[in-house]
Amino acid sequence: MSENRASENPDREHAVAFTLNGEAVRARVPARMHLGDLLRGAFGLTGVHLGCEHGVCGACTILVDGRAVRACLMLGVQADGTRVETVEGLTESGRIRDLQDAFHTRNALQCGYCTPGMLVTAAELLAEGEEAGDVPSRDVIRAAISGNYCRCTGYHAIVDAVAVTAQARHAARREVAE
Amino acid sequence: MKAPDFAYARPASLDAALALLAAHGEDAVPLAGGQSLVTALNMRLSAPALLVDLNAIPGLAGVTEAEGIVRIGALTRHRDVGTAETVRARLPLLAAAMPHIAHPAIRNRGTIGGSVALADPATEWPACCLAGGATIVLRGPGTERRVAAEDFFLGLYTTALEPGEIVTTVEFPVPESDSVWAFEELSRRHGDYALAGLAATARRNGAGLRDVRLAFFGVADRPVLARGAASALEAGDVAGAQAALADELDPPDDPATRAATRLQLARVILGRAASRMLGRQGGSQDV
Ligand SMILES: Cc1cc2nc3c(=O)[nH]c(=O)nc-3n(C[C@H](O)[C@H](O)[C@H](O)COP(=O)(O)OP(=O)(O)OC[C@H]3O[C@@H](n4cnc5c(N)ncnc54)[C@H](O)[C@@H]3O)c2cc1C
Ligand code: FES
Ligand code: FES
Repeated sequence: MSENRASENPDREHAVAFTLNGEAVRARVPARMHLGDLLRGAFGLTGVHLGCEHGVCGACTILVDGRAVRACLMLGVQADGTRVETVEGLTESGRIRDLQDAFHTRNALQCGYCTPGMLVTAAELLAEGEEAGDVPSRDVIRAAISGNYCRCTGYHAIVDAVAVTAQARHAARREVAE
Repeated sequence: MKAPDFAYARPASLDAALALLAAHGEDAVPLAGGQSLVTALNMRLSAPALLVDLNAIPGLAGVTEAEGIVRIGALTRHRDVGTAETVRARLPLLAAAMPHIAHPAIRNRGTIGGSVALADPATEWPACCLAGGATIVLRGPGTERRVAAEDFFLGLYTTALEPGEIVTTVEFPVPESDSVWAFEELSRRHGDYALAGLAATARRNGAGLRDVRLAFFGVADRPVLARGAASALEAGDVAGAQAALADELDPPDDPATRAATRLQLARVILGRAASRMLGRQGGSQDV
């Protein structure tokens, strides 16, 4: 709490405490440092890829409090009190195992630079579909990944991978329900 | 690129935020969703001495309805504006506009108050404010001002907001039961800023329309209420409305899109919006 209070007063550096991939972490962060640099530099989470650093390419996309956000457009100090998940955390938890397998089998990555951001963006879309109990159409998938640039695959294989994952999860849910 | 050096504070109340802004004058700027401001910092287009983060101030986010007014807190994220039950039921225009704003990760973080304060002429919320007859509520140290959307957007990235003031709420009157609306946007790629966009509202008048409000975006240095075109539409003259746009819009001329092209696109989407509001489907009014 005392650290939260400190942030109420202007400073060029602040102490932060947050949950990172399920673990409680602390750091002192310069105000000007964006969250992507904090995660890469202080915590070694180099799955947070940085492309443009102005919100356009989507390579840095992570989950904050369960929602996809640009790590380059949040300040590190703003992580204070939040729950942050990167592609490393999603991988270790096994929550996107099926999606990662689909990316592999469908050739949805080549150089891999866009892949962490694509996986995180798709993970949010799939979770929303599960909540709503439906399967996103290819158009919906394309709109969802419209903010993630891929310079290699031409996107088609990525849409395939997300679509088959959504269908498989939906089928599994129906089996459980029956 | 990396942002320049600056100080940061996250006040826990609106009064504390206003006091910080007052104490630091023009060197301090509010930080809302950061989806435009942090971009500008990273590109070193902006070099404030202090960012005053509004995200920890209680009560600035959320949608409520009372006495015929829908109140949207300034810190409500784009996505939460568009998915709020009240907005979907009362202000379907805004629910239709939301998916056109940027991409999911940016909608999860960017706020309606930030969009209104920034007043980018090619964006959705300012036009929705004009079309929906919204009032922008501003707080300064010890003052509150309420500014009609028509008096708020003054030019390119220019609004009635004074230094030291914070947008706290965007208020929309609940439309009458005979209201109709249309939202149209053309962009090169899903989520890009608009080449031409239109947020429109009207009331049914027999087979025609009255109280037509046509708020165009992406076709001038600010969102524009096209009054001449609206009168023509009220008189049932769709072609006349499309023709009137030549005098009412002032589209930017850039290397990728000529002004004449944007004007033409504006006419096309006006035809579509008119068809929709008149209850006719299809693009028969396209020019
Ligand atoms: C790749 C990309 C694509 C985008 N595409 C679109 C698009 O298609 N349509 C669209 O509308 N937007 C788009 N945006 C911008 C995005 O919607 C921003 O969220 C929005 O412009 C600003 O809102 P914010 O809350 O992020 O504000 P911030 O970036 O935090 O602030 C923007 C400005 O407003 C001021 N400000 C913020 N809140 C307040 C307040 N409550 N009171 C007073 N001043 C305040 C800040 O001081 C700053 O000057 C895009 C952004 C990116 C990065
Ligand atoms: S690095 Fe964040 S969007 Fe490109
Ligand atoms: S795989 Fe290379 S950028 Fe997408």
